[in-house]
Amino acid sequence: MIGPRDNAPARPSPTTTLNRASRPSAGPGDALPDHPDFLWRNPDPKPSYDVVVVGGGGHGLATAYYLAKNHGVTNIAVLEKGWLAGGNMARNTTIIRSNYLWDESSGIYEHSLKLWETLEEDLDYPILFSQRGVLNLAHSLQDIRDSKRRVYANQLNGIDAEWLEPEEVAKVCPIVNISPDVRYPVLGATYQPRAGIAKHDYVAWGFARKADAYGIDLIQDCEVTGLDIVDGRVRGVRTTRGDIAAGKVALAAAGHSSVLAAMAGLRLPLQSHPLQALVSELLEPVHPTVVMSNAVHVYVSQAHKGELVMGAGIDSYNGYGQRGAFHILERQMAAALELFPVFARAHMLRTWAGIVDTTPDASPIVGLTPVENLYLNCGWGTGGFKATPGVGWCFAHTVATGEPHPYNAPFTLDRFTTGALVDEHGAAAVAH
Amino acid sequence: MNTPFRAPGHGHVDRDTTLSFTFDGTAYTGHPGDTLASALLANGVHHVADSIKHGRPRGVLAAGAEEPNALVQIEAPFPEPMLTATTVELYDGLVARGLSGQGRLSSEPDTARYDTMHAHCDLLVVGAGPAGLATTLAAARSGARVILVDELPQPGGSLLGSQELLEGAPAKAWVDEVVAELDGLADVRILQRTTAFGHYDDGLVLALEKRTDHLGAAAPPHVSRQRIWRIRARQVVYATGAYERPVAFDDNDRPGIMLAGSARTYLNRFGVLPGEQAVVFTTNDSAYPAALELADAGVRIAAVIDAREEVPEHWRTACDERGIGIRAGHVVTGTSGIERVTRAHVAPFGHGDLGERQGIDCDLLLVSGGWNPAVALFSQARGTLRYDAGIGAFVPGEALRTVRAAGSADGTFTLSGCLADGVDAAWQALSAISRTGQMIALPTPAPLPEAAPTRVLWRVPSPQEGLDGVLQFVDLQRDATVSDVLRATGAGLRSVEHVKRYTTIGTAHDQGRTSGVMTSGIVAEALGVDVADLGTMRLRPPAVPVAFAALAGRNRGELFDPVRVTALHPWHVEQGALFEDVGQWKRPWYYPRPGETMDESVLRECRAARTGVAMMDGSTLGKINVQGPDAGVLLDRLYTNLMSTLKVGRVRYGVMCGVDGMAIDDGTVIRVAEQEFLLTTTTGNAAKILEWMEEWLQTEWPDLRVHLTSVTEHWVTIPLVGPRSRDVLALVAPDLDVDNDAFPFMSWKDTTVAGVAARVCRISFSGELAYEINVPAWYGITVWKALYTAGSEFGLTTYGTETMHVLRAEKAYPIIGQDTDGTITPQDLGMSWVVSKKKPDFVGKRSFTRAENQRDDRKQLVGLLPVDERVLLPEGAQIIATSDIPAPPVPMLGHVTSSYRSDALQRTFALALVRSGTRRIGETLYVPLDGRTVPVTVTDPVLFDKEGARRDG
Amino acid sequence: MQLIACPWCGEREEIEFHYGGEAHIAYPEDPYALDDEQWAQYVFFRDNPKGPFAERWVHSAGCRRWFNALRDTVTHEFLTVYGIGAERPSHTSTAPAAPRAKGQEASR
Repeated sequence: MIGPRDNAPARPSPTTTLNRASRPSAGPGDALPDHPDFLWRNPDPKPSYDVVVVGGGGHGLATAYYLAKNHGVTNIAVLEKGWLAGGNMARNTTIIRSNYLWDESSGIYEHSLKLWETLEEDLDYPILFSQRGVLNLAHSLQDIRDSKRRVYANQLNGIDAEWLEPEEVAKVCPIVNISPDVRYPVLGATYQPRAGIAKHDYVAWGFARKADAYGIDLIQDCEVTGLDIVDGRVRGVRTTRGDIAAGKVALAAAGHSSVLAAMAGLRLPLQSHPLQALVSELLEPVHPTVVMSNAVHVYVSQAHKGELVMGAGIDSYNGYGQRGAFHILERQMAAALELFPVFARAHMLRTWAGIVDTTPDASPIVGLTPVENLYLNCGWGTGGFKATPGVGWCFAHTVATGEPHPYNAPFTLDRFTTGALVDEHGAAAVAH
Repeated sequence: MNTPFRAPGHGHVDRDTTLSFTFDGTAYTGHPGDTLASALLANGVHHVADSIKHGRPRGVLAAGAEEPNALVQIEAPFPEPMLTATTVELYDGLVARGLSGQGRLSSEPDTARYDTMHAHCDLLVVGAGPAGLATTLAAARSGARVILVDELPQPGGSLLGSQELLEGAPAKAWVDEVVAELDGLADVRILQRTTAFGHYDDGLVLALEKRTDHLGAAAPPHVSRQRIWRIRARQVVYATGAYERPVAFDDNDRPGIMLAGSARTYLNRFGVLPGEQAVVFTTNDSAYPAALELADAGVRIAAVIDAREEVPEHWRTACDERGIGIRAGHVVTGTSGIERVTRAHVAPFGHGDLGERQGIDCDLLLVSGGWNPAVALFSQARGTLRYDAGIGAFVPGEALRTVRAAGSADGTFTLSGCLADGVDAAWQALSAISRTGQMIALPTPAPLPEAAPTRVLWRVPSPQEGLDGVLQFVDLQRDATVSDVLRATGAGLRSVEHVKRYTTIGTAHDQGRTSGVMTSGIVAEALGVDVADLGTMRLRPPAVPVAFAALAGRNRGELFDPVRVTALHPWHVEQGALFEDVGQWKRPWYYPRPGETMDESVLRECRAARTGVAMMDGSTLGKINVQGPDAGVLLDRLYTNLMSTLKVGRVRYGVMCGVDGMAIDDGTVIRVAEQEFLLTTTTGNAAKILEWMEEWLQTEWPDLRVHLTSVTEHWVTIPLVGPRSRDVLALVAPDLDVDNDAFPFMSWKDTTVAGVAARVCRISFSGELAYEINVPAWYGITVWKALYTAGSEFGLTTYGTETMHVLRAEKAYPIIGQDTDGTITPQDLGMSWVVSKKKPDFVGKRSFTRAENQRDDRKQLVGLLPVDERVLLPEGAQIIATSDIPAPPVPMLGHVTSSYRSDALQRTFALALVRSGTRRIGETLYVPLDGRTVPVTVTDPVLFDKEGARRDG
Repeated sequence: MQLIACPWCGEREEIEFHYGGEAHIAYPEDPYALDDEQWAQYVFFRDNPKGPFAERWVHSAGCRRWFNALRDTVTHEFLTVYGIGAERPSHTSTAPAAPRAKGQEASR
């Protein structure tokens, strides 16, 4: 009889402790690296900070990190009403790309992508950034025109982008159905090889751990209930864990931005909508890249463990419930099978919804507000995850210097007055 | 019987029929009524798969959907990834294998059908166990419309897996009686093999019915394999039962370790003995019936290890009668064995300290750590959960207005309690919809003494130093252990959602049914907080995994999105036209002749239109009839130009803008009568524009007396184009005076074309002399053929959308959506003439004065002529100022929106949106292509017949 | 998928409807009296409250008529539906101080 008592090593693991089965170790589906032994402290809030970041999601954590790293500001609290990175950061489909149409967008997203490329070393965290490429499929002649326009613009902006004919699409992703005998045949695709995915929790925790190490207080279960504004200048926040004074307040609350801005008497051009996503069970590798389709409305990748991660369409109505309607998912499945017949017997294992804050031009708002020392980062809609390091970098610059970084300078609140919109609906219709 | 582990006289499987199946390459047999798991156990197969991370042998832990271990891949008759052996009904010819990590998708197309059903009811009952049957019967007798869904092949739920008596008879008799009565009621529908998996707003419950899975290859192809029920229920009762939970101890994952209630189910439902010598480890009363029934069926119960100091007397007596020893105040601390448990290590466990350990040989270790109500659906319905410290489980809190739980799903664990709770739930549900439930006589179970309290125990301390929780598995499917949980809390994590993500507990196929509450308990212990304050992981839909194909249903292929075709479509198909998808429409793209390339076809079609006569199917144009005394006022407010001044009999082109001043659509407007207009929209925008107009009419100007009606499909629309179009029209419309003075440009006439009442408009989207012939759709093909015949002497040629695009581009008529992108105003398109200066206001006008609209470097529509007239610019290509491409980011001036070869110009040309384009006319700009630049000359966008002499002729 | 009570057709599935955003945004009396910022407020800025929200829907696949609804954006529950042009009904569970809650009458 062999048991743990008979052969327990000094630091046992379940694998080494017990006899293995005759079959080889599974391994596939469990390729995730371990998290560190220590992530963050759980401090109580101090009475006052130089900067209070409202929202402990990816953007808030990245902003705090870059405030410390790039600007030497460390007397910071990040306030999170729930658990860190439990909002859209935990609910997105982790697509990272920079192939946006307009110069303004490709500027900030490409800045972000470049940061992604060194983020693992920077954060010393295995964020599983996988540059497996993203295909954006075209299904109509107008799709082709729009897609090629974006490719040409991307190339001149120094972004890796190419146009692929259907046969080339099939070479990149053999399971895409390129048969002409489907309702909306694949007529080609744009391809960004440097695009990809990362593991969202790992990214958020990587930022959080580094921020904590800088001495930044990450304060959870702390909901902001009011802003202390005197003479047009913010002086602090009121929270469920008491009042906190702040030299500067940076809002990074995604779907809840309107609610927070209202506390400062600001009305924003935002609407918050449910956005659903889902995963399948773990599957043997079948899908080597990321595929997005606006017309057939699919975006899907196969994550590191083997599960298919898919996004659905935005629910049409405003909603803060983190729930969506079922017909959106049914439609999503039908669309997925149009493009990937091989998915027929994969199973929808788990679904969820986030709250996306959408703007009239599908571009974000990052910058100053009419209230002095109050800064705003919102309106990322469905595209926030990929921007995480980029916007953290730029928003930190904005907060630290009081001036927008060149990359976020176009994304002012004022553009809705002047009409200088950055209309990314074409690139962002289901942009993730 | 060659399966040694069948218990004679037990179970509901059909032993007269033998089914053959293959598992991991070995052939076995089983019976109808078996699951794959029960059949494997009956064959003595306990080692089903290896664990995902550590490759440890794993067996069957449970008997239902909560199974975390026994994952299988179906290979035949059709591959299906990752199912639980405990929920796969056995069929002849099943080929499966144990699954460690990742399932496999078939590369062959799945030819099975999937379908969707819609149903409505007063009351939906989920679960046909004792509570659900009582609920259904009480409600059904009152005349309510009731739907009962149940995941098993037959009703009875937990009663199928027990030996409980009702009115002194096996409970199955009562089940049969109830179901027989329900079957006779017209307003009751019972769906077996149907699992409710989602609860959405307003009583929408989704359920998956597996119709033919249990038939294997014998499934009739015309019957859908699975179908989704979309049930709208006024009231829902979840009688979904409870899941037994294990206790974590060292090596608690070996094959042969099974939940006590599940072993009872294997005996009583399937007639399977899951072992020969068992140790039973429990924290509550519920394992005793399992021990006794197994003992009575011939399993030697080596010991009952009860974590509680006090064991109820009646259980002690019953065990004594069978010679079963009970060790009160003891726990199992670990196990031995490789492919199967061979020994349980037990020790006294008083006040947190383990006493001396002793090994007990066994090939089956039954565990019961208490029961968790199956609250996933109640929780999805936004029902709140309450932690019940007495049973160590989360139970439904307050019932919702339309949703409640009953029976063990509601935390009631006795049979009599479940029956009564079921009836009570029915009454409450009916009362909530102003109906009265019926009194029903409930059968009396055999009397049971009151249950003794459960000892809430999440884990047993590791007996060894340095091994704290390393071998104590919490989520068996994710191979996550107590030590992983403690590592997470040690890392600073305080939320169960964080612990879930750190350890991956609860993220696997079983969604943490056996591990979720246990994790909360272990975290709470580690942090010294109350489980009630900590809460549990959020339960997300679906409650069970559902195949993508089932969710897609029939909405695939042709039915993925409706295909819209015109009345002339069959003719185009006959002529070999190729089609372009425009929205949902199929439009003829071009009509290739044998041997022609697309370019050749389009040049030929263009030539015909410019030199002879050609026609196309324009029926997809959106058409909106606008009627009422204020019709002109409405159109004046929505179009940028004046429409109210249009004379009856005349036609005017118009552009609509959004409130932001950007062009959103264009088309022609004809005044049919003093109070009636007919306008056209672009093909893709018809529905949107109707909705846009209705929005303004209904929400902003409800005082306007106007009605809008879509008449898109009422008409077949045939543009007849070219210098000879007048000749052709004259032949088929003898009543029409086609003379230029009698029928001038931008006018329309009602007449007869080919004997059919027709409306002919003299408008042109090609710059040629042209007519648009509109006839009722029913007569479209007659008129089309008549035109085709009449035109033959003039060489009439049919053309598609590509030629239409070339012809209009030569004249710089923009296509909204191709030459615009939502950022372009009519002025940018060079169409200031269509923007009224007279009207005080129209939608979009105010935005024209914004700062950005005043810039003199806005993008404007211009023509581009490649210096090399053979070069065809790609549409979408960008335009720069220099012949060299500077380092990125390269300043871009605009892009090519349309680009074609022109037969009329005998060269290529393009339209483009270019910054300050109008001022640049005559300049040379550059289009970067493949690393070099193509020089182009900026021109006026109108490249052909700028004076419009042809169109007016 | 919700059941939406069209005031003319009764309860119908959500897929028959299109969403129209915030209600009670009137086209300005005189757009030319507004400065660009005021005009931008009309064109682009909408309330986005967490809780009861007065919004517009149109029964696109049914009677094609627009109507207003008071709906809770957290629970998604329709609190009431009412006609275009009617004032926003008060709702007992509504948090106070919704800026344009002028109406006093519940039309339920």
